[in-house]
Amino acid sequence: MNAFVRTLLDAAADVERGSPQWLAETRRAAREDFARRGLPGPRDEPWKYTNLRALESRVPRVGDPDAATRVVDVAGFELPGCHGPRLVFVNGVFRADLSQVGALPAGVELGPLAGLLADGRDSARAVFAPEHAEPGAALARLNAALATDGVSLDVAAGVVLEAPIHLVFAGADAGADIAWHLRHGIRLGAGAEATIVEQHLGAAGAVQIGNLVEQVALGAGARLRHVRIQEAGVDATLVSRTDLVLGAGASFDAVALELGAGLSRRDVRLRLDGEGARADLRGAAVLRGRQHMDAQFELRHASPGATSEVRWRGIADQRARAVFGGTIVVEEGADRSDAQLSNKNLLLSPHAEIDTRPVLEIHADEVKAAHGATVGRLDERSLFYLRSRGVPESAARSMLTFAFCSDILDGIAFEPLRADLGQRLARHLPRMPGDGA
Amino acid sequence: MLKIDNLHVRVAGREILKGLSLEVAAGEVHAIMGPNGAGKSTLGNVLAGREGYEVTAGSVTYQGQDLLTLAPEARAAAGVFLAFQYPVEIPGVNNTYFLRAALNAQRKARGEAELDSMQFLKLVREKLRVLHVSDELLHRAVNEGFSGGEKKRNEIFQMAVLEPKLAILDETDSGLDIDALKLVAEGVNRLRDPARAFVVITHYQRLLDYIVPDRVHVLAEGRIVQSGDRDLALKLEQQGYAWLAERKLAGAA
Repeated sequence: MNAFVRTLLDAAADVERGSPQWLAETRRAAREDFARRGLPGPRDEPWKYTNLRALESRVPRVGDPDAATRVVDVAGFELPGCHGPRLVFVNGVFRADLSQVGALPAGVELGPLAGLLADGRDSARAVFAPEHAEPGAALARLNAALATDGVSLDVAAGVVLEAPIHLVFAGADAGADIAWHLRHGIRLGAGAEATIVEQHLGAAGAVQIGNLVEQVALGAGARLRHVRIQEAGVDATLVSRTDLVLGAGASFDAVALELGAGLSRRDVRLRLDGEGARADLRGAAVLRGRQHMDAQFELRHASPGATSEVRWRGIADQRARAVFGGTIVVEEGADRSDAQLSNKNLLLSPHAEIDTRPVLEIHADEVKAAHGATVGRLDERSLFYLRSRGVPESAARSMLTFAFCSDILDGIAFEPLRADLGQRLARHLPRMPGDGA
Repeated sequence: MLKIDNLHVRVAGREILKGLSLEVAAGEVHAIMGPNGAGKSTLGNVLAGREGYEVTAGSVTYQGQDLLTLAPEARAAAGVFLAFQYPVEIPGVNNTYFLRAALNAQRKARGEAELDSMQFLKLVREKLRVLHVSDELLHRAVNEGFSGGEKKRNEIFQMAVLEPKLAILDETDSGLDIDALKLVAEGVNRLRDPARAFVVITHYQRLLDYIVPDRVHVLAEGRIVQSGDRDLALKLEQQGYAWLAERKLAGAA
């Protein structure tokens, strides 16, 4: 047993002792499971391209006792259109002083999960229900043993929440290595609608491991729009796992921009459970330095007539590494499914690396499905064209790189937010000319 | 303005230009004609600074400086413009954004003030009006989904905005119908100026009915084999390029 596993198990035992009866058992099972399995290794297929060995020798403190008083740059999480409900977590700790829930429409319940744990309400139990038993899900299991807070959102049937819910996860330098665990539950009743903007940010030098698990359930005809902006600090490790279940006619539209963190891993498991459900997932990982980002998607068509589309772009410069895994499963009986998956990658340096693995499994009839992955370099002809007009080479490279992935942002309907994300993306590229007008 | 002396260029290990010499003075329009494979496009590309063109001998002097040592963007800032034979489609890069970035980069390199978006838009609208180009072009990605004629007109539009001192038009007439050809020629003629020179590379005489050259050169086998006035273009029109082969045979004998 390595130092990391031992440290986290000790912390888990403490958390378990302080947990309500209904939860303690779940935590114990999760802890024992993690003790048995340890961290995923290269022999676990889903972790083939992401090596966690660097974690093994780390002995992070679990939780940051001073998180409540850490100073964070509030201006850093101002986003266009996000002036409504906002929940802010610093180093995994909820900060009421930075958060605002305000007046919510009747039928909307939003708040930190911690308050719901003591009395074991159904919504809290649901968040801890999934077993994450499959190989490779050890960190999600560990999360069940350690997470004591997170975000809980319930939107009752038919309620339309106009204002986006802004969730902020800020990493601040704790002067030592820390690990934090959060667990979210999001449930939209039949016909309900909501938008979530999830933002990760952090200072360089903040050494930490964030571990997030999220359950999302969308009732019949419900609609969730999700925007994720990940600009965690370069010394942060971020692991997140999201499980979604979509009822009949429900729809989920997600746009993700993965720009930060030294090492990040994102697992999305989505089940199109009801007839005619629809999912549209877009995102781009733009990496440089020694950044490593591994995005793993699994979409399961479990009912007839469902539609899914995944568009993921990976851009790796310098010594960065972008990993993509996309699996579409069309289960028996899920006839008339329409599933499209594409992963395009741009390799900007001979020392960068791209690994991509699209998988399609079809067990139904009359299915329209396509998947594809490409890895390429910047087009020399385009580069020369721009330079021949006077655009300096570095700027021309940035323009073409930006163009390669900016259409991902078209999935954001609210123009000012789309423009803001475009600027964040441009800032992440070397020497982008002008203001993007 | 431009002096090319005994230029030898290799592309992918093969010698394409074999001792080309040419002098172009400010205010002049020179036409370069010749059969396919003579090295016409190589000349345009090597002047604009495309990679993969290896100069093995000779020199190119532009406004007193060695053009060949400059990066493509530095040549652009110095006033060299190449209208591409095959303009590249660049999805995701907005035409207006690109052109403003290009113009401002050139101005910055020359130590001139950059244009803000209002000043730039004013300039662009003026050029669009003069060239009879729809402003719809501004909102699209660079050449994306443009017809052949639209691409060529976009080249001329860019030239009008960037106001180069030396413009090289590489088979700008190819693939154009007569109406599009007239529009392109009109665009070029509007830019004719005592301070500006043009090198018009073409396979056909037709373009020269509309852009009347001061000098016509025949490029064959990698060098200029004959130069003359406009009548030379008409002779080529009547006789084709076959006489070049005869001339060569005669030379060998």
